[in-house]
Amino acid sequence: MDIHRFEQNGMHIVLDVNSGAVHVVDKPAYEALAVWDGQNDAAVLAALGGAYGEAAAAEVLAELRALMDQGLLFSPPPAVPAALGDAPLVKSLCLHVAHDCNLRCGYCFAGTGDFGHDRGLMPPEVAERAVDFIIAGSGRRKHCELDFFGGEPLLNMETVRRAVAHVRRREAETGKVFKLTLTTNAVLLDEATLAYLNAENISLVLSLDGRREVHDNMRPYADGSGSWQDALAGIRRAVASRGGQNYYLRGTYTAHNLDFAADVLAMADLGFAALSVEPVIAKDGGYALRPEHLPALAAGYDALAAEYLARRRAGRPFEFFHFNLNLDNGPCVAKRLAGCGAGHEYFAVTPAGDLYPCHQFVGRDEYLVGNIFDGINKPAMVQRFRRAHALAKPACRGCWARFYCSGGCHANAQLFGGDLAVPYELGCELQKKRLECALMIQASLALEKGGC
Amino acid sequence: MAKHIVTVNKGSLQKTVKTGGCGECQASCQSACKTSCTVGNQVCQKQ
Repeated sequence: MDIHRFEQNGMHIVLDVNSGAVHVVDKPAYEALAVWDGQNDAAVLAALGGAYGEAAAAEVLAELRALMDQGLLFSPPPAVPAALGDAPLVKSLCLHVAHDCNLRCGYCFAGTGDFGHDRGLMPPEVAERAVDFIIAGSGRRKHCELDFFGGEPLLNMETVRRAVAHVRRREAETGKVFKLTLTTNAVLLDEATLAYLNAENISLVLSLDGRREVHDNMRPYADGSGSWQDALAGIRRAVASRGGQNYYLRGTYTAHNLDFAADVLAMADLGFAALSVEPVIAKDGGYALRPEHLPALAAGYDALAAEYLARRRAGRPFEFFHFNLNLDNGPCVAKRLAGCGAGHEYFAVTPAGDLYPCHQFVGRDEYLVGNIFDGINKPAMVQRFRRAHALAKPACRGCWARFYCSGGCHANAQLFGGDLAVPYELGCELQKKRLECALMIQASLALEKGGC
Repeated sequence: MAKHIVTVNKGSLQKTVKTGGCGECQASCQSACKTSCTVGNQVCQKQ
């Protein structure tokens, strides 16, 4: 499949898959592309001639042919970049500084914080050793990333502080530049903690599920009471304390709120501008998403995309992460194919220092690939992840979204299909819907600026 | 001036086969379950 044509928000849009070119077309051109394969002009003339006249059909064909000659339509597939064959560099670690949590979220893939094992906190020495591990593994790469994660990382601020101090020392010694992130449920974000996180320029991912009843239903404290009020108070403090910068509000939607667009807009109405809401990942339970939910979810993305544009035009913009597609300066082909890097560029570190391909694999014992003291002890597993890129997956090779999703999430593929090479189909459908919305939004904004 | 088609973005994926691959870009979570960095939503760090 070399092009993807779709209608969104009243627009006819065509993506040239292999080049990434995006075209907005009128109805005759849209219909022509249902027939034209780059060669069969006569079939297009026959299909369009009756409704639009032969002259208009010929005009459309001439424009399509011109695009093809410029390499912007039916362009050939790019070669697989040599960079994919290089030895991997470790780019990013997810430090599970606390396998414990003060909430008991119903959908938590961490099993309410303990990841299926004992609750526990990461000792500072393990975190410091992890910093050394990433520096040693990052080779010539200047940028390194650490995410303080859990469970709830604010339950172990001593280790966070020690790790950051070690990062600063090692940055000075090595010239590396670390990007630090902390993912939190926000209920423990007091002024002193925030002052520290702001001073250290640590990005925050703040969990909020939108409307109070939606949030409290899935994100209670251990005693069953809702956490929305406390989370919102912490988030407000955090966002205000950093001038509205360097944060994302991140929510999860489930089968209980298929109208998740209302939750995104509820967070925008609360005054937050950097938003991301994601589908829950679950195989079982009443909250798990199922294929029959897809029409409602697609309608939700449609409505959200329309409202995103309407509010932007009205001077009340908000950012929704999945709509932030950069058409002009997106990632290179190597990155688009390699994707998240789980298991070769990215690892999760448990409190004991064990290494897993990513935070979602923690607790799946067969995926334990080593530890930060002795390094990787399953190099074959690392190579398996490295080779599991989009073009290596049969279902992805012919998919129009392959350069945007990189073949999807490995953890979801393993969880649902038992195979890294078989993507999670429901996730694919949602990803494609989000991409269509994002392409429509970017096309609309480009047209408003005057096109290409 | 095209009458039926407006090109809003002239793709450049092929060019990046030669120019890309420096590896300096941010890690990205494909499930976006954590730091919300799906690859298609990233920008290249080189430019």
